[in-house]
Amino acid sequence: MAVEFSPEALEKFTDIVARYPRKEAAMLPVLYLAQGEFGHLGPEAIDYVAKLMGQPPARVHGVVSFYTMFNMKPIGRHHIQICRTLPCALGGAEKITAVIRQRLGVEPGETTPDGRFTLSEVECLASCGTAPMMQINDDYYENLTEEKVAEILHSLK
Amino acid sequence: MLCWTLKGKMEKVLLRNIGVPDSHRLAAYTSRGGYAPWRAVVESMRPEQLIEEVKASGLRGRGGAGFPTGMKWSFVPKDNPKPKYLVCNADESEPGTFKDRLLIEQDPHAIIEGTLMAAYAIQSHTAFIYVRGELAFGATRLERAVEEAYEAGYIGKKIFGSDYDLDMIVHRGAGAYICGEETALLSSLEGGRGWPKVKPPFPATHGLFGCPTVVNNVETLAALPWIIEHGAAAYAAMGTEKSKGTKLFSVSGHIARPGVYELEMGYPFKKFLEEDCGGVPDGKKLKGVIPGGGSMPVLRPEEIENVNLDYESVQAAGSLLGSGGVIVMDETTCMVRAAWNIARFYAHESCGQCSPCREGCHWMEKLFHRVEHGEGDKSDLDLILNISGNIMGNTICPFGDAAAMPAAAFIKKYRDEFEAHVKDRKCTVRG
Repeated sequence: MAVEFSPEALEKFTDIVARYPRKEAAMLPVLYLAQGEFGHLGPEAIDYVAKLMGQPPARVHGVVSFYTMFNMKPIGRHHIQICRTLPCALGGAEKITAVIRQRLGVEPGETTPDGRFTLSEVECLASCGTAPMMQINDDYYENLTEEKVAEILHSLK
Repeated sequence: MLCWTLKGKMEKVLLRNIGVPDSHRLAAYTSRGGYAPWRAVVESMRPEQLIEEVKASGLRGRGGAGFPTGMKWSFVPKDNPKPKYLVCNADESEPGTFKDRLLIEQDPHAIIEGTLMAAYAIQSHTAFIYVRGELAFGATRLERAVEEAYEAGYIGKKIFGSDYDLDMIVHRGAGAYICGEETALLSSLEGGRGWPKVKPPFPATHGLFGCPTVVNNVETLAALPWIIEHGAAAYAAMGTEKSKGTKLFSVSGHIARPGVYELEMGYPFKKFLEEDCGGVPDGKKLKGVIPGGGSMPVLRPEEIENVNLDYESVQAAGSLLGSGGVIVMDETTCMVRAAWNIARFYAHESCGQCSPCREGCHWMEKLFHRVEHGEGDKSDLDLILNISGNIMGNTICPFGDAAAMPAAAFIKKYRDEFEAHVKDRKCTVRG
């Protein structure tokens, strides 16, 4: 598979770079754009972004691997990210994680064989007053209970 | 999201628009007087006057360090020919802290108006709002609000017919706690890993791309429109001698009414927890409370007896006000597990640049883990204290201290519980 931006994505790339005082400052938004286009940021995607940005692939790789929101491997359609930090833990996050592991049959860091769900445990998501909570793709789900989690998982195709 | 305000006569500075229908939209914001202070600044104040006004208000940075805001601005050299940058730090990630998220989602225009004022004070023509990557909903609201403000002429060329131009860019982070530290944030904004830089030189002279830069927290900036509208004296009339004005507190854990509260600085801590937040639920007793986010030392119930919520009083009690992230733990909490949880956070988030932190955080996490799981040795406790002491003060940025302080505090203040775990070879609280 040739890793290359569509003409629409290339147009977005030009717009993003034009917004910044220096091209290198556009690195994170360009990586978001690439992740949206390619699904994840594998070696070919990293080489392609490096070429577009005029930087060594090693530097781009260093950036991609530094941040948790860039996925270097393919992930499921629904990326479940359960907060495990203290306020959520005090609110029962461990039990919620156990329920999800059991229902999906995967451990944190794994994807279901049908490619539907990837499960991750993450650190504090600034939703401590409504703990326990999880983020699925861009959306927050707060004040979780075992029943609520079952309903949410059931509703995601 | 839950948000509470105290009954009584306290003036609301930061939560004044929360709860208003469509509070995130420009029409709602301007109908309540929004952007009039910004107009007043551009039309009638010189940058130096604005800096003096904010100095007189006593406003201190709300990101955790509490540095006086006006003074921070005054360090930017006026005669430097390089471009100057203003960055709003909206990378809220401190465990137990969710106040900035409330403002970002519900009152983005207050943040934008404050950012405009700070940029004007240092005569910057490019401002960034660096918003935490995970806050996708908040980032969308900020982006929309910036568009609205551009369309209304509050941002852009020749603002209010003056010679002042400013561009504002909403920039999303990508998941890294360390980017809340201001020099790490600048490294990230330069397109690299979020690696902190050695200070000095400070960002005020050598910041983004080596140019003079000021980084201010969301809550700090959101207070500015009120200060300009009501005057520095009105702000300074609230709070204590050294901690002026109001501050947001995020309350979580074992508490009847969790949420974001705005308090006048110096409010009694115990009264706040018991009366305003409803106390520990289900008739249980308080075992410990972290007053300023996960980086700060835990306090035992007897230590908060006479503490007030201001920088000086919390420090005198042996902790720090930090971000105002209050995490409450009741008597059923295993303090070894709590300490392990916090240590695991820092092991995960260390940027890996300085060896005391990169190695030490993982060692502490492993040691806490084995004590909690009944595999610890008595010497492990002193080893953790030793590692903590070797991280403290020996790293480029304050992250090292933030990992070291809570680890040591948990052991020193709940030593009996740690020793019982070692002796009985199991978790003695959870069984």
